[in-house]
Amino acid sequence: MHEWALAESIITTAVEVAEREKLKKIEEIDISLGELQQIEEDIFRFALDEILKSMNLRNIKIVIETENAVFECNKCKHTWNFEKDKLDEAEAEAIHFLPEMAFVHMRCPSCGSPDFTVIKGRGVSITSIKGEK
Amino acid sequence: MVDPRLSVIKKRLKDINNIIAVASGKGGVGKSMVSSLLALHLASQDKKVGLLDLDVYGPSTHIILGIPFQKFPEEDRGIIPPVFHGIKFMSIVFYSEDKPGAFRGIDVSNIIRELLAITQWGSLDYLIIDLPPGIGDETLDVINLIQPTEFLIVSTPSKVAMGAVEKLIDLLLELHLPIIGVVENMKIGDSNYVKQIVTSKDVRYLGSIQFVPALEEAIGDSSKLLKTPFIKDLERIIKKSL
Ligand SMILES: Nc1ncnc2c1ncn2[C@@H]1O[C@H](COP(=O)(O)OP(=O)(O)OP(=O)(O)O)[C@@H](O)[C@H]1O
Ligand SMILES: [Mg+2]
Ligand SMILES: [Zn+2]
Repeated sequence: MHEWALAESIITTAVEVAEREKLKKIEEIDISLGELQQIEEDIFRFALDEILKSMNLRNIKIVIETENAVFECNKCKHTWNFEKDKLDEAEAEAIHFLPEMAFVHMRCPSCGSPDFTVIKGRGVSITSIKGEK
Repeated sequence: MVDPRLSVIKKRLKDINNIIAVASGKGGVGKSMVSSLLALHLASQDKKVGLLDLDVYGPSTHIILGIPFQKFPEEDRGIIPPVFHGIKFMSIVFYSEDKPGAFRGIDVSNIIRELLAITQWGSLDYLIIDLPPGIGDETLDVINLIQPTEFLIVSTPSKVAMGAVEKLIDLLLELHLPIIGVVENMKIGDSNYVKQIVTSKDVRYLGSIQFVPALEEAIGDSSKLLKTPFIKDLERIIKKSL
């Protein structure tokens, strides 16, 4: 599971930010999961818990929100949502590993252009880190 | 919003002794050939070697080395780069099925950050990075995200190539980034032009690699590649520079 690598990136970043902001303790990490990356929330949460335990970090609240993916065509300006069932299994999995594979395996449903922008919901990001000063 | 990938990239690269980016201001000068054969040669010397293809529009190293890309790499707390000819290999081609992608600059950056954040190289003597030509997102991301990277610069004897190569050299010098030196590839004739320009900038001229007409026939076949005059010339260069 490569979710583990992404979970590790979240915790590493949170610890770094907490040090920089001189937080005595991290209390909450808010995470946004972009729909395009198709992260399994259960696996991801499990990985986060394991990593926190291994680093002896306890009582941190993890809040995970999913953000729907939205695309906009750079040619005709059409906007649309992610439709996983239009992809075959290997294509969906490639996008799971590398969300930019959307530009390889998807096209604008209105004009067929390969040139579009992922406006929202690409992948994993941290929206906020809360703690005690 | 914080990009969590950035803080984990250092960790992923921490057990690598030497990171070498093969770069050029100019396209088509032999960067991919040099990176592939450098990796192949080092692996044949029992060094632990990784090869990362960052040419997201035209990945080439899998073609040169005859690497099959039909299977996704294994996952274990990240992505494990599969080993071919003794080289740990990572390229977008495992995920793109070798199809084109209309990537904008931000997408290129995202691909590079994602690959660097999830690839578990383990411990390596050398990680070779094949860059696309120029000073675009790939080169800038390598400069910003992968420290310290040493640059191995490739040119041809052409004044046209050197025009662009000089700009890359000047930028790297301005940033005080380590340059291993310049390789003059596809050498025909005996002009001193490249050597003169390079040494005038206090950068090492590492030598030339002859133009090998039969090179094309060895592409895709690692044992044939190891027998070409290209590798003889490259070995000479490696001996004095790495
Ligand atoms: N010394 C050489 N003798 C003969 N052919 C060569 C030599 N070096 C490279 N070539 C050939 O030149 C072509 C360009 O080489 P290569 O793809 O390595 O260049 P590149 O700099 O990576 O190009 P790009 O800028 O597109 O990434 C290839 O067909 C390669 O086989
Ligand atoms: Mg190339
Ligand atoms: Zn369109």
